[in-house]
This record gives sequence, structure tokens and C-alpha cells, in this order.
Amino acid sequence: MINKKVANVAEALHGVEDDMTFMFGGFGLSGIPENAISQLVKLGVKGLTCISNNAGVDDFGLGLLLQQRQIKKMISSYVGENDEFERQMLSGELDVELIPQGTLAERCRAAQAGFPAIYTPAGFGTEVAEGKETREFDGKMHVLEYAFKADFAFVKAWKGDEAGNLIFKGTARNFNPNMCGAAKITVAEVEELLPVGALDPNHIHIPGIFVKRIFKGETYEKRIEQRTVRPRP
Amino acid sequence: MLDKTGIAKRIAKEVKDGYYVNLGIGIPTLVANYVREDIDVEFQSENGVLGMGPFPFEGDEDPDIINAGKQTITTLPGASFFDSSMSFSMIRGQHVDLTILGAMEVAENGDIANWKIPGRMVKGMGGAMDLVASAENIIVAMMHTNKRGESKLLKQCSLPLTGVGCVKKIVTNLAVLEVTPQGFKLLERAPDVSVEDIKAATEGHLIVEGDIPEMDV
Repeated sequence: MINKKVANVAEALHGVEDDMTFMFGGFGLSGIPENAISQLVKLGVKGLTCISNNAGVDDFGLGLLLQQRQIKKMISSYVGENDEFERQMLSGELDVELIPQGTLAERCRAAQAGFPAIYTPAGFGTEVAEGKETREFDGKMHVLEYAFKADFAFVKAWKGDEAGNLIFKGTARNFNPNMCGAAKITVAEVEELLPVGALDPNHIHIPGIFVKRIFKGETYEKRIEQRTVRPRP
Repeated sequence: MLDKTGIAKRIAKEVKDGYYVNLGIGIPTLVANYVREDIDVEFQSENGVLGMGPFPFEGDEDPDIINAGKQTITTLPGASFFDSSMSFSMIRGQHVDLTILGAMEVAENGDIANWKIPGRMVKGMGGAMDLVASAENIIVAMMHTNKRGESKLLKQCSLPLTGVGCVKKIVTNLAVLEVTPQGFKLLERAPDVSVEDIKAATEGHLIVEGDIPEMDV
């Protein structure tokens, strides 16, 4: 067994520097690497390029890094629900690249899987395709999109073992598996960190080979963005 | 004339037995409430769930189980969770049978604009561009005119496009229309709405052939 366990979040984020490119798993606030984000706020690294489907809310998720002006550029598919984000974007402090959600996922997966680029029909004929190579396959037009290049991928899983194997829960899975192994260093934080042998190999979603460092997150707030319920009968 | 619920009810009739369906945010979300109960349909949400159920009972909310609108949801028996890449494999690979989404503008050639108003805060396209570029069966749910009373069914979209030549059918508060190579073909009128009303509210080329039946909602 190759042991990927590190003692804490500080050790897990060893090597992060200003001006790096980071991937963050999560959809909305679900499945975000809360502990890695808190540590990045603490470290105060700046000039970051962040690849993440969303940008958090004002006081949680990547919104915390925006508050401290640590982010130079966001690459996302949807960035609503964040006033500070809007202010920085409109004032020109923050560079924003909006790309289709499926393209975002596949540019991560391409990096993970060793494809330099992929063709997708998404965005053809729109401003997203401006300046990009296009090509026809079977009578349909496609856009060439490149694999991301990132220094760190920060992902969050439900359970993991010391070999770095990961299991996700519910829709907190989202982009997390696609980002594992898609950056130079993948840091996984988990709610439960188990000894090797505790997880059934049949149930592993991401094999440890894609994970460089794993640690147990100290706390998880797991904030709900839109609490929708129905009355009990 | 229909309200938003009426539009959702009419679109629900387009949902057939055995369909996998992706619902957008807004009016499309309401469609799930009106699908016939004697057919088998599964709802996909692009953040990674197939077999979405109703909202949870108070106290049962799980932050790890949400839909693409970030709302807490439940799952039904037979449901599955998956990552974002696989979710869009279902969409891009045309395994999803029906996509229902809202729009700011639709053009008579099937172009759709629903993600950006230049000069205003831009929130992003989310999964809309992937959905419209690949889905074979797209129904747009929207009001026929905007808040200023201007037609949203145009000769050409004025806003930045989400996708080109992709919309097949439109259900509005006034009408059901099919997008054909010749333009918007009027299929049905909403209750108490005349063909003249629809003509007046449609900027793009409207094709009216024979008697136009009233919608059954």
C-alpha cells in the first residue's frame, strides 16, 4: 500500500504559491473542499486562477477567497448568488471566463485521462466558440476545447482510505471525481478517513492512484443554498 | 391565456412513457408536478442525479442531495448518482429523451438565447449550452412576450446565442408552436386567445394553416 495520508490541512496544502491555478470540486456549495478553502484563506496566497463550476456565496465557499481578493481569474459555468463576485467582475478586478458546464467537466476529465483536447458540440455558433478551432463530424459542427492545466486539484469525498481511494455521497460527487488526477497534485479531503482494507474495492469511485494526498477534514458546515421542503402529511 | 402553471401543465402532456427528461430552472421545474402518474418517467438533473423525487419533508433535507437549482431534493427508488462528466455524457450522448428549458428569445430558425444580457450582470450558461447543442428533442417554456410587451419569438435573436437551430417546439402563455424550416408553425391556441392575438405577439414568421385548435389543459 502506498500511503497518501497527511496529518492535517497544512501539510496537505504544502507547496501552494501565489499565481497558481487550482481546481475546486463542488456544485454550488455541495461537495466543496471546505477545509482546503479555509486553509487557502489562512495562507493568503494571491493571484489565483480558480477552475470551479461556481464561485460560492458571499461568505462561504470560494466567496471567502474573493473577499480577501485572492482570486485573479475564475473559470466557471455559473457564478450567480454572489454580490462580491459581481462587484469585482464589473469593476474589472476579476477576470471571468464562462464556459459550458459539460465542457468544464470534460476539460477536467481530459486532463485526468491524458487527452490534450476534446471536440464538443456545446457552444458552437455562440461567443463561447469565438477564436476556437471548429470541425464537422457526421454533419454536425464541434468546437475544440483544451484540457485544463492546473497545479493543484482540491476535492472533497465522503469516505476515503489511507491509500487515497475515495467514495462520494449523493450529488456532492459532481466535479470531484473528474478533477482527481487532473492537476499536478490532487489533494482529497474526506469526512471519514479509514485504514486500508476498510473500504470494499467494489465500492471505490476513485482509485487512490489519482490522489496524491488525503486528510480528514476537521469540520464540515455543509451549508444548504436553497432549502426546499414540503410539509409532512 | 395561460399562466406559468398552465404552460407547465401543457408541456407535461409532451412527456411520454419511458422518457428520461432534463428540466431547466423556472417554469420547466413545474412540469414534474403535472406528468401523468400512470407512465414511467425519470428526471435527470445535470449536477449528477437520475430519478429525482419531490422536495424532502421538513427536517429531512440533506446538503449532499440537491438539484441543479441547488434546491434540496429526494430520490425515488431506482435513482442513481454520478459525476459531472457522466452527467453530460447522458446529455451529449443523446441518452436524455427530452429537454425542457426557458428562453429569453427564440428565432424562427430555432436559435435560442437564454444566458446573457450584455451590459448586465452575467451569471453564466451553466449546462444550457451543452443541453441545446446535443438534445434531439427540445421544448422551450416561456412567456410569448417580455416585460415590455415585446415578442420573444423573433426573426433573429438580438441577444447572445445559447445554441443554433436547435429548438423544435415552444409552449407559451398564448400558443404551442413548432419550429419548421419555414418558420413558427402555429399548432394550438391557449384558451380564450385568438389567432390574431398570437400573430400580433409574434415578430418572427408565423405559419397558420387551417383551423387552429384550442389547447387541452
